[in-house]
Amino acid sequence: MTHPYIPNAGAETRAAMLAEIGAPDVAEFYGDIPADLRPARPLDLPAPFTDEQGLVRHMRGLLARNTDTTQVLSFLGHGCYPHHVPAVCDEVNGRGEFLTAYAGEPYEDHGRFQALFEYVSMMGELLEMDVVNVPTYDGFQAAGTALRMAARRTGRHRVLVSGAVAPDKLAKIRDYLAPDIETVLAPVAASGETGEVRPDDTFAALYLETPNVYGVIETRGRELADLAHGAGALLVVGTDPISLGVLAPPASFGADLVCGDIQSLGMHQQYGGGQAGFIASHDEERLVAEFPSRLFGIAPTAVAGEYGFGDVFYDRTSFALREEGKEWVGTAAALWGITAGVYLALMGPRGMREIGETILARTRYAMRALASAGARVRHQDAFHFREFAIEVPDADGLLAALRRADIFGGVRLGPREVLVCVTERHSIADIDTLAAAVKDALSALGGTK
Amino acid sequence: MSSQGEPFATLPVAPKPVLRRFHQARWDEEIIFELSRPGRRGVGVPAPDAPPVELPEGVGRRTPPALPELSQNQVVRHYLRLSQETLGADLNIDVGQGTCTMKYSPKVNDTFVRDPKIAELHPLQPEDSVQGVLEIYWRLEQILNELSGMARVSLQPGAGSAAIYANIAMIRAYHASRGEGGRRDQVITTMFSHPSNAACAKTAGYEVITLMPDADGCPGIEALRAAVGPRTAALMITNPEDTGIFNPRIREFVELVHEAGALACYDQANANGILGVTRARDAGFDLCHFNLHKTFSTPHACGGPAAGACGVSEALVPFLPGPVVDRDGDSYTLNSPARSVGKIRPFLGVTPNVVRAYAWVMALGAEGLKEVAETAVLNNNYLMHKILRIPGASVPWADRRRVEQVRYSWQELSEETGVHSEEIGVRAADFGVHYWTSHHPYVVAEPFTLEPTESYSREDLDEYAAILAQVASEARENPEFVRNAPYNQSVHRIDPACLDDPAQWSPTWRAYCRKHRR
Repeated sequence: MTHPYIPNAGAETRAAMLAEIGAPDVAEFYGDIPADLRPARPLDLPAPFTDEQGLVRHMRGLLARNTDTTQVLSFLGHGCYPHHVPAVCDEVNGRGEFLTAYAGEPYEDHGRFQALFEYVSMMGELLEMDVVNVPTYDGFQAAGTALRMAARRTGRHRVLVSGAVAPDKLAKIRDYLAPDIETVLAPVAASGETGEVRPDDTFAALYLETPNVYGVIETRGRELADLAHGAGALLVVGTDPISLGVLAPPASFGADLVCGDIQSLGMHQQYGGGQAGFIASHDEERLVAEFPSRLFGIAPTAVAGEYGFGDVFYDRTSFALREEGKEWVGTAAALWGITAGVYLALMGPRGMREIGETILARTRYAMRALASAGARVRHQDAFHFREFAIEVPDADGLLAALRRADIFGGVRLGPREVLVCVTERHSIADIDTLAAAVKDALSALGGTK
Repeated sequence: MSSQGEPFATLPVAPKPVLRRFHQARWDEEIIFELSRPGRRGVGVPAPDAPPVELPEGVGRRTPPALPELSQNQVVRHYLRLSQETLGADLNIDVGQGTCTMKYSPKVNDTFVRDPKIAELHPLQPEDSVQGVLEIYWRLEQILNELSGMARVSLQPGAGSAAIYANIAMIRAYHASRGEGGRRDQVITTMFSHPSNAACAKTAGYEVITLMPDADGCPGIEALRAAVGPRTAALMITNPEDTGIFNPRIREFVELVHEAGALACYDQANANGILGVTRARDAGFDLCHFNLHKTFSTPHACGGPAAGACGVSEALVPFLPGPVVDRDGDSYTLNSPARSVGKIRPFLGVTPNVVRAYAWVMALGAEGLKEVAETAVLNNNYLMHKILRIPGASVPWADRRRVEQVRYSWQELSEETGVHSEEIGVRAADFGVHYWTSHHPYVVAEPFTLEPTESYSREDLDEYAAILAQVASEARENPEFVRNAPYNQSVHRIDPACLDDPAQWSPTWRAYCRKHRR
């Protein structure tokens, strides 16, 4: 019996094909691989499951060892967020046509081009910017590339980066820029917002995030944009698009480049597998020229009333120019872009406003509830979206105690600091449950205030 | 058809013609913004049930975003129409996207990643709550260690190019750790290796030297000898290259690079035909990478999410991206290698594709993987045999063997008819298949690249070859007809000139409306 995934595997088919080619055996095709490069023994791999049911049983057995966030109350965020995923998002990205397509032409893959064009177009409305890329890998890569774009655009070799960025992300930015761009850290004010910065004319960009790693919303965007622009630098802003139904789009206060992750827009958490990055700019030719990613645009066809699509300004990519292109481009996260488009189309302007209002309100509610429970809430006077940090005497002790109550209480930022995430999936009752458990845990641990 | 009329057809139904009478779905669908009507919505969200937060002027959004407003069924219908206008691998004999390894992605593997026990896992959960997923990462790593001969494998990179970048980052960190970071500022690659080898090396700060193929189709050892030296950080090379030719002197290449104190890095994007036949470490490579979305069957997803796997020798293990999964008795833990280059992407990796790739190997085993490789190579040679019988098609370095794919040429046909390879591809799509030329620059004139993998049957390959034979004969009989293709697609011939004109290009709907709808 042939393997179900390999139609030509049978000896008979193989012999017939070899006969037609006129080759004695398959080994003939490997004749260029020297004997000393052949392994001396067969591969040592686990025995396979030859029936589908056996494979399913094996996989389900492994998956059963996971406790997922629908089985407990999870307040984990820090770059991957538990938002509700509308059923239509899964329906569309599960379609075999989209799931298994790749890189066809804008004729036989017209739908792929249109779906991605619509994704970037809806992001453009949310961001109030005219240029948005086909997704890059994730928000880390988007930030690194946006800063490299700013450096190329200005011809400068330093960037000023807010300290209120997740440490892993900051490390990636530093490493990505390291060959020729110095990353200088900007201070974080006691409020949790960007502190005093003095960019001079050696800086290509000022980078800040809003909401930032502590969930703090920047209120001095315009002032920081003016400071950056006064020094001839660009303002690069990292954001989560799910906040933009209620937060002013960074372009409105002067951002030149905006970037971030779109996992919040319809992607399940997937143990980190739902990340995808966006980069946006105004339609300025010299900045568009610096995008490494593909950009899809409308083009006319031979028939009136038909939208065709194609690559905008392709001759800047590494596909066209190898190392003379801008950074590199490859397979990244297109299906998550299509999914985010579905999400934005479902939500519309009203849905985006409502989800933002709900998250703002519940975040503040949670901050007050945890303060009442005895945790010291950091940056209390700042506006927060979705996340906030608390200080406790023993972060590990608190999280372990909460875990015993079937709560993933938050992400440990340090020995005495925990980041708590609240989304539209957390009801007021859920937040009250967390607060009660925190109160119990803190009193058991000796409390703080 | 009417009960009174004469029958217009009789049984039996005639046999099908040789070529499929394909027509791609054509819904003539609007851009989603054109479907919008004020007040509609596609999904309800929880209303604020806590006191509202008023944001100050300049911080809160003043004007709502001009997103489309549609009912839920309209959104479903719109996107299903677009999906129908997309030719996924599930629907076609997808041998035309050569180098992309468009193999079948088993449906059962999709069910695992849709399970809440993968879909609803947060990447920062306590380790004891994710033992199942960590075990899958660990098990897949052991499998890839065995397939590459490497000491360890990181599953963090988001795709093949990200894996190439991760390998370069490790190469850079390795030389820096030996105090040679500044001195070793060159990376050598080859013209038939993926362009990301050159582009990632340049991004990482290296000067790039590209070796051209010799008279025998492989990069020349003399050219390598001339290029390699104390400034060399690494050789980044694919084998078999995109031509399909396996470089038999690869071990000498590696040794030359090692003699200069540099590292050898193997881009295994084309590994499908040599799984279990030869291994990266056996040729002396220090680093390698696999594309899980190619060789290990995870779906290409319109261009990602994909997944990359970086394998390294013992000496490079301390530099691996972190964290990696270690086994401690029956439990699995996350640890950061001592001199890790850090994170290439957030969290551990593209988990759904790690799960799919693991399940794929577990449905095949060692014997199955051998069958995969041998069948892929057989299919490739069978298809080449068929293609070379089409007048006007040729293969450069025709006397060389081919492994996983073949880069062909229509030079002869093009000289005769004036029809270019791209135009042949557009017409071929009228029969329901993809077709790809080559990366740039075109070293092979009028190129096309086919890679049948193990997934397609003999009849499939016959059909694909018959399509190209048909298009070639059309090019001879009526070149204008081919040039004016397509005829059976969702849209007609596109004029791309505006896409390179800053005054006209429209990378979003708002740019289009601003420039063209006033």
